[in-house]
Amino acid sequence: MSDKEKNILLEVKAVSKFFPVHGGFIFKRKLGDIKAVDRVSFHIKKGETLGLVGESGCGKTTTGRLILNLEEASHGIITFDGKDITHPGKKENRALKKEMQVIFQDPFGSLNPRMTVREIVGQPLIIHHMTTGKAEFKQKVDHLLEIVGLNPGMADRYPHEFSGGQRQRIGIARALSLKPRFIVCDEPVSALDVSIQAQIINLLEQLQEDFGLTYLFIAHDLAVVRHISDRIAVMYLGNIVEVASRADLYNHPCHPYTRGLLSAVPIPDPEVEAKREQFVIQGEVPSLMNPPDGCKFHPRCPRAIPICYEQSPSLLQQTDAGHWAACHNI
Amino acid sequence: MAKLLSVNNLSVHFSTGNGVVKAVDQISYELNTGETLGIVGESGCGKSVSALSLLRLIPNPPGKIVDGEILFEGRDLLKASKEEICDIRGNKIAMIFQEPMTSLNPVLTIGQQVAEPFMVHQQMKKKQAAAEAVKALKKVHIPDSGKRLADYPHQFSGGMRQRAMIAMGLTCAPKIIIADEPTTALDVTIQAQLLTLMKQLTIDTGAALIIITHNLGIIARYADRVNVMYAGKIVEKASAADLYKYPKHPYAIGLMASVPKLDQDVKTRLQPIEGQPPDLADLPEGCAFHPRCRYKIEQCRVSAPSLRTISDDHEIACWVDV
Repeated sequence: MSDKEKNILLEVKAVSKFFPVHGGFIFKRKLGDIKAVDRVSFHIKKGETLGLVGESGCGKTTTGRLILNLEEASHGIITFDGKDITHPGKKENRALKKEMQVIFQDPFGSLNPRMTVREIVGQPLIIHHMTTGKAEFKQKVDHLLEIVGLNPGMADRYPHEFSGGQRQRIGIARALSLKPRFIVCDEPVSALDVSIQAQIINLLEQLQEDFGLTYLFIAHDLAVVRHISDRIAVMYLGNIVEVASRADLYNHPCHPYTRGLLSAVPIPDPEVEAKREQFVIQGEVPSLMNPPDGCKFHPRCPRAIPICYEQSPSLLQQTDAGHWAACHNI
Repeated sequence: MAKLLSVNNLSVHFSTGNGVVKAVDQISYELNTGETLGIVGESGCGKSVSALSLLRLIPNPPGKIVDGEILFEGRDLLKASKEEICDIRGNKIAMIFQEPMTSLNPVLTIGQQVAEPFMVHQQMKKKQAAAEAVKALKKVHIPDSGKRLADYPHQFSGGMRQRAMIAMGLTCAPKIIIADEPTTALDVTIQAQLLTLMKQLTIDTGAALIIITHNLGIIARYADRVNVMYAGKIVEKASAADLYKYPKHPYAIGLMASVPKLDQDVKTRLQPIEGQPPDLADLPEGCAFHPRCRYKIEQCRVSAPSLRTISDDHEIACWVDV
């Protein structure tokens, strides 16, 4: 194993996920596949945060679920710490849960309303036999709540008694309970109020520093992703169209879609806004059932050339600094 | 600029199981012709309620407009009769709602819904109204608008539904358009398309626009003046340029510091506003923001500050000069 490979915690190689679509009343015919994730490849280094951005329906959440083995990949290989985890057995899967955890988007839907906070945060400890006796259990849960900035005195309350931001902290405490190395953060702040978002982002950054965590940070808010990520991958209709370090992606975006996305996000400063060149991507995201031929972005692309209509571009390295983009016309 | 609308001391209360909630508490503001006013604040700060009450769309019970006046074209909308207010809704003041799925009627075609205002307010016949509806949909760039008239809302994508909503809002060339979180449910590229379109259409028709949002970026890009709301009150009023350059209210300062920006140095940690937004049924004494405020003084605990002018067209409700 080379040094570079040793540093890589997670690698996704040409992974696809197809969901079959059935139609018909009595005899179910297969109408086709929704290619939610289509030959996606990327890697995440130890201690790094990879941001995954894209619009709704681009496959970013499915990618996260494939890594967590909540969905099974149709094609491709996923490796974690050098081991193939694409189709883990039952025992292997259980062991993996200790290594990788998830923080969900919706702090209301992802906590069981009939369990107290102590039960929610402590359940993984019980399932994985990581606690002996009541006293240790209580002490461990109290400690987890303190880490995420909640008062352990509130551990016997139910989720509905907490605000959105506090619930998200409960979700984070639960994810941390098994001391994982890798966490998939699936839109962890998008359901929160602006003033609370910053609290949660800072907490996630602090935890990363303290515990050496590696994140896959899935979000649609480009400003948030830029703040927290070391490298960023941009997805469009199931494909990764650009991967680059944060500075490269935001300062020198290659792909027309990335440029359009960046330009669509208003900056909270009227002076900067007045000077910015505004490039509005026209049209809407096509249906995944029936994606366009060639480059999937070509119907909306201002720079499409004839080859874009026919051939789908592959992700090619643009600079030595690890800037990759999938576009015929760079 | 001519004054188009002025809201004076408007208060809207809701009676709930936990007591009276002052969703909007003594707010006053003005809107001039042709300008874009942004109302910004977090969920539950009363920004939507303040806008809904302009058209008396607050469900009663539990809500009630308890005090104030809303002056539009020389009359008080709160004292207008039912017929008068119906004549204003959609005709002179139009509203574009947040959720295009729930605010469009699922059992009527898009054509019927877009044509309705023409028939109600301009007494057009069905055919003529349908022809106007096609034009209206064309204006908001819905391709094939003639054919799409017969579609139902579920056949439209989220962005197209919101376009149809905008088309409905603009049918009668209203003087004021209120857009309540018009793009919150949509993707950023669609959001940019729609807001640019809306701004252009209001410039073309000379209408004033009120944008209600929690997104500071949208306000910066599209608004001329801004009201910042917190716990039912306006805490800062300023021109957009002033607010972003020199925010004066501690809450506004906190908001600016807490959002990550695309053009900012990334190494700095964000500075969140500590604590939680208050429960409107159980507001703290004095200034509602004081438990989260880092500049608070003794007086803030005792009495609530009212708006005071600190420079031209810039007002804040705060005891402290930050």
